[in-house]
Amino acid sequence: MFIQTLRNRLIVIGLLVAASIYSLFPRSQTIRERGPDGQMRDTVVTRVPLKRGLDLQGGIHLELELDQSQQVSADPKRDIDLALTVLRKRIDEFGVTEPVIQKQGQDRIVVELAGVADPARAMAIVQRSAFLEFRITDRSGALDKALPAMDRVLRSAGLTVDTSAKPSAPSAVTKLLQGDSAKKGDTTAAVGEISTLIQPAASVGSAIPGEYLVPVGAYPRVDSLLRLPEVARLIPREIVLRWGAAPLSVQVQSYQPLYALENRPLITGSSLVDAKAEIDPLTGGPIVTFELDRAGGRKFGQGTGAHVGDYMAILLDDRVQGQPPVIQSRIDRRGQITLGNKTMQEAQDLALTLKAGALPVPLKIVASHEVGASLGADSIHKGILSGLVGTALVILIMVGYYRESGLVAVAALGFYILFTVGSLAMIGATLTLPGVAGIVLSIGIAVDANVLIFERIREELARGKTVRLSIDEGFRHAMNAIVDSNVTTVLTALFLFQFGTGPVKGFAVTLTMGIIASMISAVFVTRTFYMIWLDRRPDMTTLSI
Amino acid sequence: MRFFANANYDFIGFRRIAYAVTGAILLLGIVSLATNGLKYSIEFTGGTMVQIQTTKPMDAGAIRAGLDAQGLKGAEIQSFGSAQDFVIRVRLATTDVNADNTQAATAAVSRALDGALGAGTYQVKAHEGVGPKVGGELRQKAFLAIFYSFFAVLLYLAWRFEWRFGLAAVVATAHDILTTIAFISIMRMEVSLVVVGAVLSMVGYSLNDTIIIFDRVRENLHKYKREQFRDILNRSINETLPRSILTHGTALSTLLALAVFGGEVIRPFALVMFFGVFTGTFSSIYIAGPVLMAIEKRWPGADARGAKTVAAPMRRAPQGA
Repeated sequence: MFIQTLRNRLIVIGLLVAASIYSLFPRSQTIRERGPDGQMRDTVVTRVPLKRGLDLQGGIHLELELDQSQQVSADPKRDIDLALTVLRKRIDEFGVTEPVIQKQGQDRIVVELAGVADPARAMAIVQRSAFLEFRITDRSGALDKALPAMDRVLRSAGLTVDTSAKPSAPSAVTKLLQGDSAKKGDTTAAVGEISTLIQPAASVGSAIPGEYLVPVGAYPRVDSLLRLPEVARLIPREIVLRWGAAPLSVQVQSYQPLYALENRPLITGSSLVDAKAEIDPLTGGPIVTFELDRAGGRKFGQGTGAHVGDYMAILLDDRVQGQPPVIQSRIDRRGQITLGNKTMQEAQDLALTLKAGALPVPLKIVASHEVGASLGADSIHKGILSGLVGTALVILIMVGYYRESGLVAVAALGFYILFTVGSLAMIGATLTLPGVAGIVLSIGIAVDANVLIFERIREELARGKTVRLSIDEGFRHAMNAIVDSNVTTVLTALFLFQFGTGPVKGFAVTLTMGIIASMISAVFVTRTFYMIWLDRRPDMTTLSI
Repeated sequence: MRFFANANYDFIGFRRIAYAVTGAILLLGIVSLATNGLKYSIEFTGGTMVQIQTTKPMDAGAIRAGLDAQGLKGAEIQSFGSAQDFVIRVRLATTDVNADNTQAATAAVSRALDGALGAGTYQVKAHEGVGPKVGGELRQKAFLAIFYSFFAVLLYLAWRFEWRFGLAAVVATAHDILTTIAFISIMRMEVSLVVVGAVLSMVGYSLNDTIIIFDRVRENLHKYKREQFRDILNRSINETLPRSILTHGTALSTLLALAVFGGEVIRPFALVMFFGVFTGTFSSIYIAGPVLMAIEKRWPGADARGAKTVAAPMRRAPQGA
């Protein structure tokens, strides 16, 4: 057989070592990331090509499902696939190296982003629906006409917004945040019924039809009242009600704007082909400019052309962004969204999500795991330290007990570690913290094969056999036990892999690779060493074991 | 150097004492399970975990009081290695309709922390949020993994040895799992994914040990056809004793290194495995052996004496080495 001769055995070992070193050799890798100015930038780093898991590198792991609490999905299967595509595009734009975005089972999406510096921002990008619409504000005053009916319904249901409840409504925190203006707003608006809380903005001089103002303090209450089925039924069919994204200050009072809008949007974000964050040359604030596709542009042109002089609300995720601007002339394929007091980064994130498209249904995070980069680095140090200490102890025991044969085992252990880590790099496995622990533990267990062999050799020697024969017999007899025990370990590792999530999966993989490597190193490599040893000293009558 | 080179202890003779010991551990475990139960980590129950590092050394009690004052009752606060590192766990009330939306729970915890400690006086090192649905799925998966691996091992052993050996090994494994669960409950350790991983690895390790002894038994049944089964068992255990001491020694030393230097995440794994090495060794001698003896007595079939001793793959293997 090919591997029977010493020369060929050395060739095989040489090839294995070369392959392991090659797969572990530090190489350059291009990392594409978005810089602080919003530009994609490629950086080249040189490092050992071993993938590190989130727990070692820092990063976030998210499990997402459709959030149907607000909006029911008609076809969840299709929507989850759509959401998957949208997330892929967004994360691509966000610029993370080697992100994992995959479907798990029927209804879940797993997203893993390694080395993300700002997890909250990444989460927001993943989760934002980014549903963009343009709607004309209502000129007919349909809401004004419906308000008295709402009052009546609420009064008969005993749900009047009564004055006594008002001052205690805002919590200490909101008071703190809103300061004095909010307090004043509360007291002046603290009269009676819903119709008095929703006042037309025209009464304070606004030119925008369909704009209403609700004192900030009363906003949560009004919002929940409007959601009551009895009240919602009274909202005229030709309009929809949407809140503004940010409060509005009129004189010294703070209001949450509410808009009555035409129920048919001019266009939605699905016609969008490009979006960019820019600085408004007039105000110096951030804006997002967008471009529509041909069909969308035509539709938008017709719609805006018919509504010159009207006001158009820009809605993002059902919130009106800024105050609706007046349509001065027909708008075709290009437009812009003014963001008010937002940062440039927020504008970039908005442009990014708009460009990647809207989520069909909002997503909720059903599980999340987040590890800081410093903690990951710390874990690596601890893993290496415990590995070194563990290896030192094992070397001490083996050499102390088996003397020169112990040295052979230790040398084989060196090959074992090289093969294990090398094969992990070769199959592109991800190294996790439990995986590192698995490697450390397997160092202690890998010598078992050597121990079994050595003990057998000792037994054979004790029976008075020659060194050469004892070694042969020792290897032969130990094989049964080695194979059987390793197969059972691989079996448990396979089930561990099947059930585990990220880190535990990593453990199962290192365990399996470790067992294969230990079979090679403890049996094949050790045997070869003995062959060399016997080759050098053919007359050896005692074995240091 | 040689330990126990020609050992000749009557291991099987001591088995009644051994049963008393294992019975005591199991009894203690049952009492502990009945009173304390098993504490599952939030990966399994659902909930929120935040690992923080404060800028100044703090007292866990002070953080707890602060969180209580913020309305976050029942949070577990645990010091994590130093007076500046803490882990805060909030288990979910599973009655909440929208409990699967972990974001709300997470936001509540960070709000309470900001209120209790002051924003900016601490740094979040790691964070985890799990909805009850995900937790429930994981619980089921973990249970199935243990169950299936158990079954697969039984099948393998039945094929490789003989059903008597397989059954004895599985009984020993069941013993290991039970005592380990008892250990986890008595030590009040948290059952996390890593701990389940440790239990499964422990099963593999303990099986190794049983197989090594059984392999010897199989061989000796062949060699010493006239000996009593009990003597063959004793002989096999004694013959494999040096190997056991050595391998357990090296395994325990790496586990010790992991427990001492591996950090808080790995420590439970190392401790469970550490216990597993002992219970595995114990069960290989005192459970697997006597059970095999009992089975042998009950069903002594014609081929009982090491039939199927040398299966084909074994003969081939050494030539390759």
